[in-house]
Amino acid sequence: MTIKEDLPRSPRRTLASARPQVRCAHCGLVVPAGLVEDGAPEQYCCSGCRTAAGVVRACGLDAYYRLRESTDAKPRPVKLAGRAFAEFDDQTFTRLYTRDTGAGLREVDLCLEGVHCAACVWLLEKLPTVVPGVVECRVDVRRGMAKVRWEAGAVPLSKIARAMDTLGYTPHPARDGATRALRRREDRRALIRIAIAGAVAGNVMLLAFALYGGVFGGIDAMWSGVFRWLSMGLGLISLLGPGMVFFRGAVSSLRTRTPHLDLPIAIALGMGTISGVINTITSSGEIYFDSMTALVFLLLVGRCFQQRQQRWAADALELLFSLTPGSARRVVSDGGGERVEEILCESLGIGDIVEVRPGESAPVDGCVVSGHSQIDRSLLTGESRPVSVEVGDRVPAGAVNLSGVLRLSVEAAGAATRVGKLMKLVSDAAARRAPLVARADRLGSIFAVVVLAIAGATLAGWLVVDASRAVGNAVAVLIVACPCALALATPMAVTVSIGRAASRGILVRGGDALERLTTPGVIFLDKTGTLTTGVMTVAEISGEELPLVLAGALERSSTHPIAAAIVRHAERLTDGGGLPTAIDARVTIGGGIVGHVRGQAVVVGSPAFVGGVLNGEGGEIVPEHRRAGERMAADGLTPVVVAVNGRSATVIGLGDELRDGAEAAVERLRSDGWRVRLLSGDHAGPVRRIAERLGIAPGDWTAGASPEDKLERIRTAMRESGSERGGRSVVMIGDGVNDAAALAAASVGIAVHGGAEAALAAADAYIARPGLGPVVELLDGSRRTVRVIGRCLAASITYNCLGVGLAVVGLIHPIVAAALMPLSSVTVLTLAYRSGAFDRS
Amino acid sequence: MSVILLMLPIALILGGLGVAAFVWATRRGQFDDVDTPAMRAIFDDDPPIKR
Repeated sequence: MTIKEDLPRSPRRTLASARPQVRCAHCGLVVPAGLVEDGAPEQYCCSGCRTAAGVVRACGLDAYYRLRESTDAKPRPVKLAGRAFAEFDDQTFTRLYTRDTGAGLREVDLCLEGVHCAACVWLLEKLPTVVPGVVECRVDVRRGMAKVRWEAGAVPLSKIARAMDTLGYTPHPARDGATRALRRREDRRALIRIAIAGAVAGNVMLLAFALYGGVFGGIDAMWSGVFRWLSMGLGLISLLGPGMVFFRGAVSSLRTRTPHLDLPIAIALGMGTISGVINTITSSGEIYFDSMTALVFLLLVGRCFQQRQQRWAADALELLFSLTPGSARRVVSDGGGERVEEILCESLGIGDIVEVRPGESAPVDGCVVSGHSQIDRSLLTGESRPVSVEVGDRVPAGAVNLSGVLRLSVEAAGAATRVGKLMKLVSDAAARRAPLVARADRLGSIFAVVVLAIAGATLAGWLVVDASRAVGNAVAVLIVACPCALALATPMAVTVSIGRAASRGILVRGGDALERLTTPGVIFLDKTGTLTTGVMTVAEISGEELPLVLAGALERSSTHPIAAAIVRHAERLTDGGGLPTAIDARVTIGGGIVGHVRGQAVVVGSPAFVGGVLNGEGGEIVPEHRRAGERMAADGLTPVVVAVNGRSATVIGLGDELRDGAEAAVERLRSDGWRVRLLSGDHAGPVRRIAERLGIAPGDWTAGASPEDKLERIRTAMRESGSERGGRSVVMIGDGVNDAAALAAASVGIAVHGGAEAALAAADAYIARPGLGPVVELLDGSRRTVRVIGRCLAASITYNCLGVGLAVVGLIHPIVAAALMPLSSVTVLTLAYRSGAFDRS
Repeated sequence: MSVILLMLPIALILGGLGVAAFVWATRRGQFDDVDTPAMRAIFDDDPPIKR
């Protein structure tokens, strides 16, 4: 085999190292060597960034870049959908999602992708400048939504949507309007409750100060009476208004016989109110309205924190833009010709013909009626290898069309597709999972019983010694024993931990997930995307490396994942020096690519394809390479042969490689006491390879698992570990739609970086960084959090014991109670804040 | 000292007005999103086109 001498022998030693790294003018990331244009004033890393920057400059909005620097946001390349958004002008759409706000204006709520910093907010709120006819665009950055008001007659909504897409914020209609409205009402009601409780607590405390002064300096009976009646009046507003939440909670706790912290709280508040009213009317004894109203306020605030935690996942659901596109291209034959129209998927009927271009996802389950191509079904099967389809083959909704235009006949759309049915499985599995009763709630019930017993004993004791003080002391026991700090301990510790974890890219849905992660049981790992990078890379090379540069040059014109992998490898070989240009490259779908590079005939493709081409010209695949190819295939890799000038030069095996640090992470999981199992939808070959690398025994890995299979395995494992009854936990880590049902059913489901939206919605935690390292961090953080919760609970019980002790011996007074409560709360808050969980180390 | 009998109701009414204002603002959705307005504070630009 001859290769022209001007190709460097060892590509790594080129002068490419003299070329500095070029950064994209829009997003700041490094521009791949192949896309650098010599002499251009601005460089961009992709066409998305280029388009967005064009619009930004054209409208004079360059301040965007300054603003982004000042907010310290991480750079992200622009992702466009590049569609026409014609369905936004549809009458159905207008009716469903837009509102008339009078004076010819309409308003719409849109969910946007890619909103993540103040600069994005600024740019989007400048939409009136970008699209004349838009009156206002108001962004909600946490939910990633925008409210757009525009002149309905002056500009169509599709034009506005296209503008937003061009800037990098692909819009979707905000579905679930009813759920959102409901949640909004609940949030508002909670806020109002806190406001009333806070106002009352503050005023009652001021009145109480006057009464405290009276204890030391003496107070007129009339004023004492005035202040007491006022305290009672205000106190009743708080206890019978915002405070009813606790009484309702206690009643339902008794009715369903589930332990809940509301029980001791309600006992304390109830007895305190009754005795306070009686004492005010009879002008004798102590009143504790100051402590009680402050309690109501603090406890409501604690609950508010708890509920906001649960919100991230619900809000992520807002961004559940379909895994399948919301719109499709329908082919309609009218008269003599054909018309392609963009319509909402809801409007499709069975038997309609839909066109899917390369790079797009199939919007429906369909049967190919024309065209042939390769599709990527990893959304459903987790399989990273492309599959050839031609007329008569089935294509599931969500599959990505890789090479050729396909026309599908619709067999199922929307909820009836395989993907839609899977989503139903996911929501069913999630609904059926029994909630774990929190430790604090269980403690609360024991607490209630113990306190009632002590109060009873105090009553009995004092009746003997000094009957006049018996009732007062018994009631004081009940009030002082109110577990304020107990109720605050867990929410505070969990809030702090979840907040810190979020800043490290680990989003946790709630404290119970953290608790469950501390009882090691079984961990099921998905392969593609979780353990492996999910991207095809060159795993093995048999033969010379240099021909790969030629192969890379040829494959640049293809969008196939295999082509992309070869191009990446070739670019790395030339060290950024750039690939040569290929001439008359011809792609054969399902086979390979042929062309000329630097005057040499190059053929790249599957062994069968290359063998066919070579044999037809009198060349051949060298037997050594043929054996290598067969070995790689048996090993689970995809073999690709590179032939130069009639003879095979190299055989490479492409596969999905393990992420860096995956082996170390698995070892760490094992040493922590977890049993590690592999659960994958991919073929046995690749799965076995990965399992062997990780030291997972044959009994512990499963290949070819359908989503339903995975769900079944999780359920079996949970039954065996007794997870439902609080035994060892079963954890599932996955990233695709095919993991979603399993994620929802497991004790703790963890969705991993790059995962499908459905996996996010089904999981208890989402890790935004790639790799298994963050999973180990999550486990560590959970353990620390649970320890902190324990410390907080211990502190609060100490304070309670102190207070009850004083009450039992009759030394208690409203002043003491009023002082103990903030002391205990502050102690718990300090302990929670100084927890070492999820700290940057 | 009897001025307290005048001040107490006035103080309570003022407090009540404050709570009422808060309730009114909450019902009109002013507290629905408390993160984005914080970001808007650093923008120094012209207000949106009013109609």
